[in-house]
Amino acid sequence: MEELFRTVYPVEAADYTSAGQASADIKRKLKQLGVGGDVLRRVAVASYEVELNLVIHSMGGELVLTVYPEAVQLVSSDRGPGIPDLEMAMREGYSTANEEARSLGFGAGMGLPNMKRNADDFSIESELGKGTTITMRFNLPL
Amino acid sequence: MTIADMISVLNARVLRGEDKLDTPVYTACCSDLMSDVLAFVDEKTVLITGLTNPHVVRTSEMLDLKCLVFARGKVPTEDILDSAAEQGLVVLTTKATAFTACGLLYEAGMRGVPVPMEWNTEDDA
Ligand SMILES: Nc1ncnc2c1ncn2[C@@H]1O[C@H](COP(=O)(O)OP(=O)(O)OP(=O)(O)O)[C@@H](O)[C@H]1O
Ligand SMILES: [Mg+2]
Repeated sequence: MEELFRTVYPVEAADYTSAGQASADIKRKLKQLGVGGDVLRRVAVASYEVELNLVIHSMGGELVLTVYPEAVQLVSSDRGPGIPDLEMAMREGYSTANEEARSLGFGAGMGLPNMKRNADDFSIESELGKGTTITMRFNLPL
Repeated sequence: MTIADMISVLNARVLRGEDKLDTPVYTACCSDLMSDVLAFVDEKTVLITGLTNPHVVRTSEMLDLKCLVFARGKVPTEDILDSAAEQGLVVLTTKATAFTACGLLYEAGMRGVPVPMEWNTEDDA
């Protein structure tokens, strides 16, 4: 598949101040590329959720945006700690967010279900002690 | 109703976006949980919140919201307000508590965001 565009955003653990900046940039870039409306909003929401999860729950990682003629792909991968029970983590309302994250308005346990709902394709893999990888695809209207 | 109507209902003060008060708003959402907001709010919705951190503004940016209302007289810092203004948000503050602000808006005809049927969280278990 032909790649039109690709950017890598490193995301630091516990960096609450700049959390969300990658997603804001992703949204701007996609807009410049002519992506709009419903797809743009779905990518933005999923990207923000996945970025905040990297900041809040992971030991750091990266977000990779790839744009193809027919789809936008977003891959989040981190250096750990991994998710012990994926089924539990995917449930609405399940959260292990700490006090600091909660005080900022996170920890509703809605992020992963939100991503799944917004992406046309969603997959999550996690290994304890290694890390978590989430791949999301959003189909572009022809 | 328009943002200007909301201002008179809430006796609100405009912090940013003075030039966009004729923008129509269709529904409202009151929440301090950003993921809940990200789950079901769209750009026609005004967000009423008690949180004044930068993530409220970033969440609004992701959703293309037009209007943000801070309850209980809260006012975020100038740099947060400026980033809100940069994305064209109208920002209001009202002395009313979040509960009262919602009640006043409801009385004036504003309604909540429809939440999809399948989201009956009681079914989760
Ligand atoms: N990258 C990650 N690394 C480790 N654990 C994670 C990661 N992402 C999610 N989790 C785990 O999955 C749980 C659920 O994530 P989800 O995004 O749904 O909710 P949350 O982040 O806790 O709250 P919200 O997203 O509503 O602010 C988290 O509380 C955490 O335990
Ligand atoms: Mg989350």
